[in-house]
Amino acid sequence: MAVNASKNDAAAGAIFVAFGAYFALEALNYDFGTPLRMGPGFMPTVLGGILVALGMAVAITGLGKPDAEAPPRWPLRGMALILGTIIFFAATVRGLGFIPVVLISGFATALSSERNTILSALVITVGLCLLCMLIFVIGLGLIIPWFGPWLRF
Amino acid sequence: MDLIASLGLGFSVALDPINILYCFLGVLLGTLVGVLPGIGPTATIAMLLPITFTLQAETALIMLAGIYYGAQYGGSTTAILINLPGESSAAVTAIDGYQMARQGRAGPALATAAIGSFFAGSVATLLLAFFAPPLARAALNFGAPEYFSLIVLGLLVSIALAHGSILKALAMIVLGLLLGMVGQDIYTGTPRFTFGVRELFGGLNFVAVAVGVFGVAEILRNLENETEREVGVKAVSNLWLTREDMRRVVMPILRGTGLGAVLGVLPGGGHILSAFASYSAEKRLSKTPGEFGKGMIEGVAGPESANNAAAQTSFIPLMTLGIPAHPVMALMVGAFILQGITPGPNVINEQPALFWGVIASMWVGNLLLVVLNLPLVGLWVKMLSIPYRVLFPAIVLFACIGTYSINQNVFDIYAIAFFGIVGYLLIRFGCEPAPLLLGFVLGPLLEEHLRRAMIISRGDPMIFIQRPISATLLVLAVGAVVIAVLPSIRRKRQEVFVEED
Repeated sequence: MAVNASKNDAAAGAIFVAFGAYFALEALNYDFGTPLRMGPGFMPTVLGGILVALGMAVAITGLGKPDAEAPPRWPLRGMALILGTIIFFAATVRGLGFIPVVLISGFATALSSERNTILSALVITVGLCLLCMLIFVIGLGLIIPWFGPWLRF
Repeated sequence: MDLIASLGLGFSVALDPINILYCFLGVLLGTLVGVLPGIGPTATIAMLLPITFTLQAETALIMLAGIYYGAQYGGSTTAILINLPGESSAAVTAIDGYQMARQGRAGPALATAAIGSFFAGSVATLLLAFFAPPLARAALNFGAPEYFSLIVLGLLVSIALAHGSILKALAMIVLGLLLGMVGQDIYTGTPRFTFGVRELFGGLNFVAVAVGVFGVAEILRNLENETEREVGVKAVSNLWLTREDMRRVVMPILRGTGLGAVLGVLPGGGHILSAFASYSAEKRLSKTPGEFGKGMIEGVAGPESANNAAAQTSFIPLMTLGIPAHPVMALMVGAFILQGITPGPNVINEQPALFWGVIASMWVGNLLLVVLNLPLVGLWVKMLSIPYRVLFPAIVLFACIGTYSINQNVFDIYAIAFFGIVGYLLIRFGCEPAPLLLGFVLGPLLEEHLRRAMIISRGDPMIFIQRPISATLLVLAVGAVVIAVLPSIRRKRQEVFVEED
């Protein structure tokens, strides 16, 4: 599809408009106040409006200026594995405990690079797990069980 | 002499063995992350904030400051050796430094950077000691309108220094300001934008935002196109400068120091501006401007001194006004607050040991950097060959565990993922993350001071122009934007930033 506009600018603009609109609309539920006593809704409404306007301006300045370079490919594997790992970490750190979570997360993240093999990912993971145990739990006294309640029978 | 007594106090703190140890750890870590790809001082300091929680306030800040200027230093090493500035302000150093390395003069280039940085750091530390107390005294008279205008100035100057589109930088700031408003309203306690989630009532966790935008987003960016880095220079020999080199670098170092010290005070990232300003000054003053870009030693000496001087003086607005000049300083604010200290004009009187100790430690740290870097440069070159695929799992894990350890709050980890993806998309679409973080930190302050000022003035916005200090600051802020939009400067900015790619 040949569109005579910068896709980057359009996409960035759309993100700004979306955020601005969310903040401004949500802020309408709060007390706007008066200039003398501004309510909790005053700043977010004004700034949200400004952000929508800026987002549109960003998209408009991209018109007629298509991106010079083809966009780099999306690192889909990395995105899925890394973001998935972080969410997995958050969801299970209390239940599974430190060692299992760090091992699984480390392994999954290492695999998000296409240059890591299963073996190298395993080596990296075990090394990292030992390092994290030393730094955070032993060194800093982070209170977190080695194995969490989900693994106790 | 007051100053000497104060500096004496500072050195007694900085030379405490424990503080020297942490200062050393700080500059070591800083150099390491400055050299390593894909992780910068912002993400590092964010991840280490929880670790410093258990330390004494002085020790914690000495170490964090060390990471910051250590990274400046490490960044220039990679700029010279492999043409990859580890830190944005080292971009200018890469222009001539890398050319020198290709001509087999990596040693003198590194030595020049070290000498320039050390000299500039020492002078700027003295200036900081000299000018901070009177500024802090003046700042005690600042009311809400002045603070509001000062924050506006800081935000707008940071736009002028962002790469690329000014509109996008503006939008990033506003987005940051809005994100800073998540949480309970300071005056009424109304929860805002919390989706009813209790964990959000205290606002988004700053460390989570910083780690997401600067750590995770950066990793995703690097995974787009995985390539092993080529280290062109395997061994560095002959670190000594010839007499001719010495003669050539003296004036650029002096000028760079002066420029950097002045511009570093500017909120919004004066160290990048100062490196750039120094480079163009040297080029203009040179008898052979055509040789710049082909390995002129002056092109290394000036900018390196300038960005190091600016790195030191950028502590002035933080230590005297409590206003962070750029994202790293914003993290320092977080460190102060974790230690139960409100950064601002009172620090110097209430915590003199802390204030002077941190200043004196910068000098100690700069000395450590020279000792650490010149003899050990071979070690750092080896570091460059650590493959990225080993590094980034470590970054992700440290980010998760570190953030979790601050509040034992699982929600903060979800926030990392969210800001990681949002940050990645925005960076991919050509936006700079630094203004967003600055806006995020300054947002609550901006709102608080605006609302307070409006109550003081009974709802009359003219108060910002009627108070002379406030009016001056606003004029400067408008000036910064105008200058940034001016065509001639725009072109120059492009010239400089193009080199970075």
